[in-house]
Amino acid sequence: MAAKEMRAVYAETLLELAKEDPRIVVVEADLMKATGTTPFKTAFPERAFDVGVAEANMLGVAAGLAAEGKIPFAATFGCFASRRAFDQFFMSGAYARLPVKLVGTDPGISAAFNGGTHMPFEDIGIMRMVPGIDIVEPSDPVSLQALVRKLAASGKVGYLRLHRKAVDAIYPEGETFELGKGKLLREGKDIVIIALGAIMVPEAIEAAQRLKSEGIEAAVIDAISVKPLDTGLISEWIGKTGAVVTAENHQKMGGLGSALAELIAESELQGCRLTRIGVADEFGEVGTQDWLKKRFGLSAEDIAAAARSLVAGKGKRKQI
Amino acid sequence: MNSMELSRLEEAAKEIRKKTIDMIGFLGVGHIGGALSIADLLAVLYFREMKVDPAQPRWPERDRLVLSKGHAGPALYSALAMKGFFPEEWLHTLNKGGTNLPSHCDRNKTPGIDMTTGSLGQGISAACGIALANRMDGRDVFTYAIIGDGESNEGQVWEAAMFTAHNRLDRLIAFTDCNKMQIDGVTSEIMNLESFEAKWAAFGWEVERIDGHDLEAIASVIENARARVRPRAGAKERNSASASAEHSTERPPTRPTMIILDTIKGKGAEFCEGQVGSHNMNFDYETAKKAIAALDR
Repeated sequence: MAAKEMRAVYAETLLELAKEDPRIVVVEADLMKATGTTPFKTAFPERAFDVGVAEANMLGVAAGLAAEGKIPFAATFGCFASRRAFDQFFMSGAYARLPVKLVGTDPGISAAFNGGTHMPFEDIGIMRMVPGIDIVEPSDPVSLQALVRKLAASGKVGYLRLHRKAVDAIYPEGETFELGKGKLLREGKDIVIIALGAIMVPEAIEAAQRLKSEGIEAAVIDAISVKPLDTGLISEWIGKTGAVVTAENHQKMGGLGSALAELIAESELQGCRLTRIGVADEFGEVGTQDWLKKRFGLSAEDIAAAARSLVAGKGKRKQI
Repeated sequence: MNSMELSRLEEAAKEIRKKTIDMIGFLGVGHIGGALSIADLLAVLYFREMKVDPAQPRWPERDRLVLSKGHAGPALYSALAMKGFFPEEWLHTLNKGGTNLPSHCDRNKTPGIDMTTGSLGQGISAACGIALANRMDGRDVFTYAIIGDGESNEGQVWEAAMFTAHNRLDRLIAFTDCNKMQIDGVTSEIMNLESFEAKWAAFGWEVERIDGHDLEAIASVIENARARVRPRAGAKERNSASASAEHSTERPPTRPTMIILDTIKGKGAEFCEGQVGSHNMNFDYETAKKAIAALDR
């Protein structure tokens, strides 16, 4: 699959699913055009609902639909999905054990010109506190397509962190994905970079290429799932390398890096070295995505620098 | 309504009150005021109007009820126990560890509860989704929702109000338990929302306002609301999207109905009737027993 708008992949996948399964419905809050689900509404007008600019009601309606056996996909910008309507998602959805699928678009710096008000650096941290939830951030069109299907079939609440813009495919067509499973993209003996999402996974791959030219062999894992974390794959590669850099388009607190730190602190992996690349307790700002990438230290060079430093200091770590 | 039917409903309402007072008194604390204010409504719904089957709590053809003011759960538990959804012995387990009867309604714990509620304003939105799903599925069922006047401070109530009217969810019949009190005081002083009729009408609803303790009046407005709705007759509705319904040559669906019930918080329990403090109050089992005996006099 060539470069493709992720939102188009999301919408097309939902449309295909809807043809196979009459339970699939879409609920939106005046962002159907942004999410790309207008073709869904054209094809299934009786199964797509625009509640207007009312995110709380969107999730309440979604929960009611789920109570009657529907599988609702409710989408809005990630800032509103997490911050504005969290109690509705939590109580009417998750606590009521109703399989509402919440889609938070425009993660982190991809919010770009919408600026700090619309820049969710905290949505994963908020969502990780929901018991039993699946949280995924696909890195490319192939993984997105597969994971929308997995979320639809899970029978549980899920949070899909959806990058809307066009990105290149990382995976070959037909690659299979599971909720709770990451993917090893590259082997390496010196360090492992664990990255999340359509911006940070390519940055991590580029960082690994730079490091290779300097003689450092970095493995790269596409985390994909923040909850549950793929502890098997992650532990295996931390065990092999003894050093790990996490890379996420999100606060360091509460996100992938935090989840890794928790895993390491309570496991046999204690003593491995960890550096988290992410936002350092700051609010978002307005700017281009590339400018913001540098502003918040999320570039390939930031990842490579962290890796170099960890590898150089590896002799100081205690053996694990 | 003939006098036999009226006295049957009066007995049901009295029994809901007695069980509610008993269960909360047995525990020693609970949301007694807002539970007692809806006892008459629950009696009419469960003992006259609603199509339910206690043997099949999730029967697809049942009418649904969302108690959006979820803290009034004990009154609903009384009605459900009387209908036979679960044994009456459960009532004394209210709020005890491991119970199936938590203070706020839980669809996964209690047979007969259609939606989990408790965080105010959310149940009315869920009722919209439930009504919508049943329209999609072409079921000839009604969704009833009960909200509080204090609860109506929540913005989400009005988000749901516009959604319901816009989508002409005419099989949603909602009630506002207007008991004029909220936790911090009387609603007119804390956050005055009157006129409720004008507000709901402005949002595009059919509105009725009646004495919420008048069983005949409650039954009559519910039956009128249902009569306004065209029968679905088992057939899938051709034009369920509002826009196409507007332009359909068939009669479009009618508007949703909001029934404002003027009630008294704590109605029927001498120790708390009309008291602001009855929202969530402590009282011992002796007090409960006296109040129950007074209801029997």
